[in-house]
Amino acid sequence: MNVQPDNKAMKRDFDIVGKRTPRPDGIDKVTGRARFGADMSMPGMLWGLVLRSPHAHAKIKRIDTSKAEKLNGVHAIVTSKDFGPCDDSLLDIRENVMAREKALYDGHAVAAVAAVSRSVARQALKLIKVDYQVLPHVTDVDEAMKPDAPVINDKLFTKGLDKTPKKPSNIAERFEFGHGEVEKGFKEADLVIERTFRTEATHQGYIEPHACVASMGADGRGEMWVCTQGHFMVRNTCAGLLGIDVSNLRVTASEIGGGFGGKTTVFIEPVALALSLKANRPVKMVMSREEVLRASGPTSSSSIDVKIGMKKDGTITAGDATLRYQGGAFPGSAVPYGAMACFAPYDLKNVRAIGWDVIANRPKQAAYRAPGAPMGAYAIESVIDELCRELKLDPIDVRLKNASSDGSKASYGPNFGVIGLKATLEAAKNHPHWKAKLGKNQGRGVACGFWFNFGGETSVSLNVNVDGTVGLSVGTPDIGGSRASIGNMAAEELGIPHDKVRCIIADTASLGYNDVTDGSRVTFASGMAAIQAARDAIGKLCERAAKIWGIPVDAVVWEKGHARPASPNAGKHEPLSLADIAAQAGATGGPIAGHCEINAEGAGVSFATHMVDSEVDPETGHVKILRYTVFQDAGKAVHPSYVEGQFQGGAVQGIGWALNEEYIYSKDGRLQNPGFLDYRIPVCSDLPMIDTVIVEVPNPGHPYGVRGVGETSIVPPLAAISNSVSDAAKVRMTRLPMSPPNVLKALGRI
Amino acid sequence: MFQVHVRTRINGDDTEFSCEADETLLDALRDRLGLTGAKEGCGTGDCGACSVLVDGRLVCACLMLGAEAEGCDIETVEGMADGSKLHPLQQKFLDHAALQCGVCTPGFLVAAKSLLERNDNPTEEEVRYWLAGNLCRCTGYDKIVRAVLDTAADMRKASKPKPAKAKKASAKGRVSA
Amino acid sequence: MEYFAPASTKEAVKLLGTAKGKVHVMAGGTDLLVRMKGGYTEPDAIVDIKRIAALRKIVRAGKGWRIGAAVSAAEMGEDKALKKAWPGVVEAANLIGSTQVQGRATIAGNLCNASPAADSVPAMAAVGAKAVIAGAKGTRKVAVEKLVKGPGKTTLKKSEFVESIELPEKKKRMGDAYLRFIPRTEMDIAVVGVGICLTLDAKGKCMAARVALGAVGPTVIISAKAAKALVGTTVDDAALDALARACAAEAKPIDDKRGTKEFRKHIAGVLARRAAIIARDRAKENS
Repeated sequence: MNVQPDNKAMKRDFDIVGKRTPRPDGIDKVTGRARFGADMSMPGMLWGLVLRSPHAHAKIKRIDTSKAEKLNGVHAIVTSKDFGPCDDSLLDIRENVMAREKALYDGHAVAAVAAVSRSVARQALKLIKVDYQVLPHVTDVDEAMKPDAPVINDKLFTKGLDKTPKKPSNIAERFEFGHGEVEKGFKEADLVIERTFRTEATHQGYIEPHACVASMGADGRGEMWVCTQGHFMVRNTCAGLLGIDVSNLRVTASEIGGGFGGKTTVFIEPVALALSLKANRPVKMVMSREEVLRASGPTSSSSIDVKIGMKKDGTITAGDATLRYQGGAFPGSAVPYGAMACFAPYDLKNVRAIGWDVIANRPKQAAYRAPGAPMGAYAIESVIDELCRELKLDPIDVRLKNASSDGSKASYGPNFGVIGLKATLEAAKNHPHWKAKLGKNQGRGVACGFWFNFGGETSVSLNVNVDGTVGLSVGTPDIGGSRASIGNMAAEELGIPHDKVRCIIADTASLGYNDVTDGSRVTFASGMAAIQAARDAIGKLCERAAKIWGIPVDAVVWEKGHARPASPNAGKHEPLSLADIAAQAGATGGPIAGHCEINAEGAGVSFATHMVDSEVDPETGHVKILRYTVFQDAGKAVHPSYVEGQFQGGAVQGIGWALNEEYIYSKDGRLQNPGFLDYRIPVCSDLPMIDTVIVEVPNPGHPYGVRGVGETSIVPPLAAISNSVSDAAKVRMTRLPMSPPNVLKALGRI
Repeated sequence: MFQVHVRTRINGDDTEFSCEADETLLDALRDRLGLTGAKEGCGTGDCGACSVLVDGRLVCACLMLGAEAEGCDIETVEGMADGSKLHPLQQKFLDHAALQCGVCTPGFLVAAKSLLERNDNPTEEEVRYWLAGNLCRCTGYDKIVRAVLDTAADMRKASKPKPAKAKKASAKGRVSA
Repeated sequence: MEYFAPASTKEAVKLLGTAKGKVHVMAGGTDLLVRMKGGYTEPDAIVDIKRIAALRKIVRAGKGWRIGAAVSAAEMGEDKALKKAWPGVVEAANLIGSTQVQGRATIAGNLCNASPAADSVPAMAAVGAKAVIAGAKGTRKVAVEKLVKGPGKTTLKKSEFVESIELPEKKKRMGDAYLRFIPRTEMDIAVVGVGICLTLDAKGKCMAARVALGAVGPTVIISAKAAKALVGTTVDDAALDALARACAAEAKPIDDKRGTKEFRKHIAGVLARRAAIIARDRAKENS
């Protein structure tokens, strides 16, 4: 289903954009030919493996690699000593990829080997002896904030306070956003509800583990093949960590088997490069699933207090929230995003959100789809739902009444431009799902969500080939069909069929710098750059036509894939197609290409409303998702199938987060469930079809109105499902995951 | 390490390889034979990305030793298409946009093929349970399930005998709407 | 490591007796390979019993059944007569892992892996299944619940292995059922498993019952108290309530990543109730 609210300003007809064209990488991916991270091998290649700390927090007194070095077939061993001085901005990454004085979490890398086979590398790991002095640890966010908690980093003094404390602690920073006076607002309310919520850490759960091949030659030049969301980031980071000139490292992005934010940083890549440097041979490293869960970057766990006041008519008078996120052993959790995003759907006079960034003995968190936002939205949308129930108000009407709209002052500061929240709420209200009957032990919940979306540094190159086809090189790894979307936008602009454009992900030596594939930015930013590169090429195509016709270039226009005389005054000339001009390129001045290098501005924020029906088994606490509908503003859906796919995928990741996914640590600080057996992501039989409604409120900041769509879809589910389960169970749920034991406990049955 | 010599047939080709005795069939396929279509998502039989057919039976290649493949007939995703002609499932996965990143796709295709060989008219629930051992983190499974159901419908149509014969098939309880 | 694929039971017994170091018998391998991958075991030798033709068959043993140790769960599911006779056992086997895992996993392996949460074990124990053990001195039989000593430990001696599982004759008015609880709908390890087999008399009164609880103790628990709650009743609501209470009381679970003690005890009762209804209805259908 597709909803386009009346917005004439940006209405236009498209030939290709909006069509469900075949994806260019499709056949490779259904035939097994697509090459992912672990599918690459190089001549003379060694296998690298990592030795990891079994302790949550321990001083590393000594590492003895002598026995392992003597094992036949071992070619290199690296420890933190092999990672020398680097820029301050890379210090945490350097320590995360290889522990230095201390192991900071269960799974922290301590040493690595490269050997002729995996089995020899495995034997070598066993021969490395590490003397640890086990230290007290803390993994829980609230525990970590206590004054008597074990201090993980004695150089960490809380930032963001009026006065920097003299004592180190695990609290890295305090953030505050908002406006108005919340206390005054609460006085105006007819009902104020205050609740505390908890969420557990989850993992992006991409099916492809991290993998790379690094080859560093004796000439100081290196190549890497990496499964990553950003090969330019890998290049710059690895070069920085190992003191290599950026130009001496060429990185190619493999096909990527999912990332969701988890592949926006490095883990094994610098290690593989260091091993290759030392062994003088290519080194391949592939994480096991256990390593992925123990030692890549999961989300934060959180603890959140929310207080919201509402009038009897549904007006929200004030909202106040305190969010505490642990982001693993280093500062930098996504708590500021959570605090900025949590109240963003509402136009409030009095609002405040305080965020605390906390460190704990867990792996350093990485981005996960709208990082930080789902937990905050869960807490706020739960309290709004409860207020609606208590005041007997319709939860969609109340949201419509308070919803942010064009020009509203956002809870985190700026004023919104053209936004589509109300359109998603209206679509939800008018959908048959909202009126469908529910049975016994069943409930329905709704929730809204917001995400900023991002533009960022982008470089695109477009080459017009002699036969009228077009090569389009972009630098943002294609994680879910973006080559199709970007290629289609270039084809639309050029006015040629979509299958005449071939979009590839170029390596780092072939293009200017590109930020990673994140922030829902690729279809927006790389798409915008592709359109601008196409316009650049069109300018040159028109110049060539002018030359062929012998008329001034401003007398030539480009229409539907052809150069035409701008008016009868320009003379009578048969239109020249792109192919016609391309065929004469050599004779008219050489190759024709378009470029675009931008820091893309104008990313439009995006909102969604989710609606979900669930059934609770009151005897077991088992929750079944019965029906799910996503309503989200896509701005303009360039390829509707992939937009739907993003909506569905985000919703289902949210279902996993809400129901069964969690990092479980034992008292000794070790992760108890580092595998897909007990880290329980939704399986096919857990789910119904996920219905989608694409709302299109065009983003004025993009030539075609595109907004990012990838991340917003994971923001509302936690709250929508919790509201649904609370409705079904007749008890307010305040803790995730709503696993059977937790639900049964909330029901008072155990 | 003790090496085992193994003779198999893979996607119709007689194939021999040597592997370490404790090496999985998946590692042998990927690292010894260059058949990297089957993926390792977990190595513990929990994700199904390495699904292959062994003597017609759907298995995880990570839960089988290479040595066990002696004398077996193995089918992988690389053997699904008939030359340049895609298997109907492969085509439907493309038509329905049933893949995003595509890393789970080979496993889903092999598993779905195995289902449709046994049951040409599965219900949505049967598809979902058959495929429960294949994890996908991108799609939420919606478009995958639709692609499989649509393939089954097309395959039934294509194999549907003339009306007189349909009646006979119906008597066996195999054909229904 | 060495890999052996003997063609006969005799050869397998001999290999088990002579092979040096840590030797593992492999049937489906779906547990063994996971343990190897995780570094929990490093065998010096594996004896693969799937090449022993006799162990790949399901045959009638008198009026009962003999399921070879190399028969996969999927093959059990495809044997219509077996499924009709002991649906609880076959369903339990077909709950082990995924479709892919069921293509390899065997109930003999499920038993010998000695996991407290093994799905097929409570189902087998409920119907009185026996493990046929091959050894240097010939074969011996032991009730499945006696084979497992504790988590990961069996009573098998060095040269012994389970060559088949025997299920008894299915008599009139008998019915079996197995239910397990997992957080998702598939792919999880049982948090609690309950196998029940009961026999009704002509009037629908329960004459005999066996109740086996899984994942709530180090080994499967055969609860006489739970059985007593059913015997002599028509398996009505009152009996089912008594059964649920008995099962919750008899369960001796631990807290772990899959569930808490309280949760498991509660669920043992809930599942027992539900399983007893299925077993009762099956017994009635079988009259």
